[in-house]
Amino acid sequence: MTPFHLYMAQRLSALVMAPFVLVHLGVMIYAIQGGLTAAEILGRTQGSVFWFLFYGMFVVAVSIHAGLGLRVVLSEWAGLRGTALNALSGVIGFGLFALGARAVWAVTAGGV
Amino acid sequence: MSEREIISVTVQRGGPDTPQRLQVFEVPAFESQTVLDVVSWIQQNADPTLTYRFACRVGMCGSCAMMVNGVPRWTCRTHVNKVLNGGKIEIAPLRNLPVIKDLAADMDPFFDKWVAAEGRHHPTRSRDDDIAAINPEQPERVVASSGIECINCSICYSACDTVAGDPDYLGPAALQRAWTLYNDAKDADKDTILDAVSGKGGCHSCHSMGSCTAYCPNGLDPLSAIAGLKRATTQRFFKGRAK
Ligand code: SF4
Ligand code: SF4
Ligand code: FES
Repeated sequence: MTPFHLYMAQRLSALVMAPFVLVHLGVMIYAIQGGLTAAEILGRTQGSVFWFLFYGMFVVAVSIHAGLGLRVVLSEWAGLRGTALNALSGVIGFGLFALGARAVWAVTAGGV
Repeated sequence: MSEREIISVTVQRGGPDTPQRLQVFEVPAFESQTVLDVVSWIQQNADPTLTYRFACRVGMCGSCAMMVNGVPRWTCRTHVNKVLNGGKIEIAPLRNLPVIKDLAADMDPFFDKWVAAEGRHHPTRSRDDDIAAINPEQPERVVASSGIECINCSICYSACDTVAGDPDYLGPAALQRAWTLYNDAKDADKDTILDAVSGKGGCHSCHSMGSCTAYCPNGLDPLSAIAGLKRATTQRFFKGRAK
């Protein structure tokens, strides 16, 4: 992984995230205005391959994007370099992925 | 003779061998006085041990840059009137570079990075060949020409917060030089240039905040040059994959 590859990973994950963010916001507004309850929302998401893939890819993109973004902050603001920098940003990226994956699993697979 | 106004000038003194301290000088105001005139007045009339650097005094050589009231400026072309802050001026050596002594910053890291960014010519022809004709209106040539008036003053390098946060970052001037050569029809090694700016501290570290472009005294635009390098490296990445 060269710095250029990290750069590309961050730009491409941003590209992937952009439509996801818009759909996510739209769905949230729709769900609230329609007065959907949590149970009704879960009824639509659980067992749905579409929502699993949608939020699954969203979580992957967020983990990459935020992990790399915080990596730069840790390097430039906290002065971390080398292994410490890679290890800590790796932990952040995988941590975000674990949290997000758990939520996606609960909302789309739980109850099946 | 009417009494001259007095400017209170705070100068950063010292270097690696002596502790850094601030010293205040009272300098008489003159008409059309530049910040470099102020520094020279101090050295000639108040303290001959004051160290600073200049050569051309007309904005050509790039050697007189200093921090003036916290802002990097070419002191020979900066009028005191423009920067006077309540009758006071603060002068310090350029930011983001080691200090040699007093107001003289060590420019070595700045120039070393020009070399590291492949900011040198890779010829397409030898001295035995004819000179290649270049059309000055050709789009690549227009882009290359927009960067060639750089005077190596390091003001952009001092203004850049990414340099401050990342000592490996090549900085705006070196990257702009690389972009100029990349667009030069007489440069034979574009791939080497893109490789040089794609590594650690390369063009992809730039946050595009544009302090370089905002402070360049010659009105150059390293921000856009670096954006060009990012585009060129990205294009090469996708073209390489398509093969
Ligand atoms: S645009 Fe890039 S090179 Fe220019 S000051 Fe900002 S980070 Fe530095
Ligand atoms: S780009 Fe402008 S500020 Fe930077 S070194 Fe060249 S002339 Fe100076
Ligand atoms: S002395 Fe040459 S640019 Fe100021």
